[in-house]
Amino acid sequence: MNTELPPGLALQKVDERIMTLNVGPQHPGSGHMRIIVQIDGDFIVACDPDPGYVHRGEEKMAEYRNYITNIPHLERPVIHDSCNILYPYVLGVEELLGIEVPERAKYIRVIASELNRCVYTMYWLAIYGIFLGHSTMFMWPAGDRELLIDLLEKMTGARVTHAHFVPGGVRNDLPPNFEDVCLRQVNYFEKRIKEYAAIFYDNPILIARTANTGVLSREDAIRLGTTGSVLRASGVDYDLRKKEPYDVYEELDFETNVLKEGDSYARSKIPWLDMLESCKIIRHALQKMPKSGSVRVKLKPNPKGGDASVYKRVESGRGSLGCYIVSDKKPEPYRVKLSVGSFRNLIALPYLLKGEKLGNMPSVYWSLNYWPVEADR
Amino acid sequence: MSSEPNEEPVEASTEVNPKPTKTGTVEKEVVLPAFEKGIADKIIEKFGTRTKVAFVKPDRVRIDVSRDDVKEVATFLRDVMNFDHAESVSGVDYPQDKQIEVVYHLGSYTDSSLSRQILVLTTRAQREENPIPGHDATKLPSLREIFYSVEFHEREIFEMFGVFFDGHPDNRRLLLPEDWADLPPLRKDFAIKGR
Amino acid sequence: MLKELVTPQNANVFVGKLGDILEKAIDKPLGYAINWGRIWSLWPVHIETACCSVEFGAASSPRYDVERFGIIEAFGSLRQCDLIVVQGTITRKMAPRLRLVYDQMPEPKYVIAMGACAITGGLYFDSYNVLPGIDGILPVDVYVPGCPPRPETLIQGCMLLQEKIKRMKARKFV
Repeated sequence: MNTELPPGLALQKVDERIMTLNVGPQHPGSGHMRIIVQIDGDFIVACDPDPGYVHRGEEKMAEYRNYITNIPHLERPVIHDSCNILYPYVLGVEELLGIEVPERAKYIRVIASELNRCVYTMYWLAIYGIFLGHSTMFMWPAGDRELLIDLLEKMTGARVTHAHFVPGGVRNDLPPNFEDVCLRQVNYFEKRIKEYAAIFYDNPILIARTANTGVLSREDAIRLGTTGSVLRASGVDYDLRKKEPYDVYEELDFETNVLKEGDSYARSKIPWLDMLESCKIIRHALQKMPKSGSVRVKLKPNPKGGDASVYKRVESGRGSLGCYIVSDKKPEPYRVKLSVGSFRNLIALPYLLKGEKLGNMPSVYWSLNYWPVEADR
Repeated sequence: MSSEPNEEPVEASTEVNPKPTKTGTVEKEVVLPAFEKGIADKIIEKFGTRTKVAFVKPDRVRIDVSRDDVKEVATFLRDVMNFDHAESVSGVDYPQDKQIEVVYHLGSYTDSSLSRQILVLTTRAQREENPIPGHDATKLPSLREIFYSVEFHEREIFEMFGVFFDGHPDNRRLLLPEDWADLPPLRKDFAIKGR
Repeated sequence: MLKELVTPQNANVFVGKLGDILEKAIDKPLGYAINWGRIWSLWPVHIETACCSVEFGAASSPRYDVERFGIIEAFGSLRQCDLIVVQGTITRKMAPRLRLVYDQMPEPKYVIAMGACAITGGLYFDSYNVLPGIDGILPVDVYVPGCPPRPETLIQGCMLLQEKIKRMKARKFV
């Protein structure tokens, strides 16, 4: 067999005491990326993240497809949270084309977005359980999220990759009797996730493994530009659904959860608390939704934007997700840039891992709410 | 500048595009939102003709500066206007102007009156026909000392557009494969296969 | 009596017929038993390559439960695995690592190509960083189409692989 390694696989030698380890793409604790750590005994000295294993060139390909055929493309970075990653793009295109969305469509969008947030967070918790070796914490969330995936399947027709949001509203109306089914499932779901406190969040082993590791102070969280649950676990009260409300979020009541410690335990707890808030939002939105009405504004074929640029942002499961669209006179956009929460939180990884023990690496790394496929786009 | 929470959706009026009405007269009255106009005026007051305000929209103010002034303007924005992090940094390629534009979107977590605002700061770098990334004239000063959060974003712009950032300690590949030897992919003259 | 039966002229035929009897009595059931053991304990390597890994994770969830077929993701080491499920898009950066992982697995090993991106490049067929299908680097046994394939489709793909293994020769040498 050829023993010459492909470029990028050879590791550098630092000195006699420090060893370079490759936590590679095939590793039970690394997800779809590579982290090169340099360790001195049991303590990590330096860390160099190496993303890009799923870099598929979304932004380049968005320039070759028009505004509507871009929708299945731009939802693929996070397939189970696809409504939230399409949201800023759809809001941006609506602003460029000057479209006003009907009221019922806005409520349907909010419900789909909150369901997606729960589905994403449950998968994230499941993988977090595996990284820590807690296999019940894989089975319970992976099974309970199927309740909400059923609802999304009734609403949109697909389990994941819904492609339900279009500029002008949503694709289809809700099926009949959806509100009762949704309310029943969400009530049962909320009862179920409250039981997670007993096995996971009050579990003394989890607390011993994650408390006081990877502590991110408030000033550092702001300076590094982190976002989402990482920011809220370090004491900064910033949630885009409250600060810059889009669609109908300003008419719904919910709270922002903020914790002060900034360690891995706090970062793992915030998404769970956010899921309980999502259940409240869904119930309130189902009550307030107008009972009938159109859900889509018809567009002319091949819409063109004119010479303008727009930047819209939305709170997704990972943090604030922004979409910068530059348009010109053609039916294809000139430039689409997605600014994703995972990529912005990646900067905290080399910063937090310095001085940590090697065994704490998976719990700190995944607690940054990092989804590698999205960061690579 | 007010320091209470922003009451933007209630009182500010939005920009009205001039369009012909039914009677044939054209409305030329353009009313700009007040809070954002205040931000734009403060910047113009300090820097005068060195910056140009491109637009003032609800929650978005865009200023264009040249590459020699961008560090000074960024320091002013951080220290005086309280913008403390960069949300995203993107590059846009304009081959007809022979320039590559780098767009910084700045936001603020600490100042509660600015929590909805995004300031769009743009600079332009010169573009070459046959780029040698790192060793040609496509260079810009790095804003990493001022806003630490741009570190990985600037690395990505270096590999995707070929813009070298002076002062960034680590201009290296981030997302592309290690043996990429072609043009920087997001330039307009890099065509994907079949098109 | 044996000496009269086995003459130099018909020794070949005798050995041939003895071989046939031995094959029917021992080799066929032995091969059947070995294949039976392989079918019901296919362990996939833990390598998540792209977005189809979400549906692979959902297939291990309590609702679809691929573990009842013996397919447990071996989180320890890839030297104990015999199945590699290529989940989704393979980029040019990931391709040498995938080949390295495949070479490190012991024989016998099987490959399932999951998702449209692994079969022909799928939605990203014209991207600059994506391989148009993994046929060029790995020998694929089963193709599972879909974008992403539902967990039931993945289970059907595993069952097709089981049918294929039943038809294969169990031992390579003698």
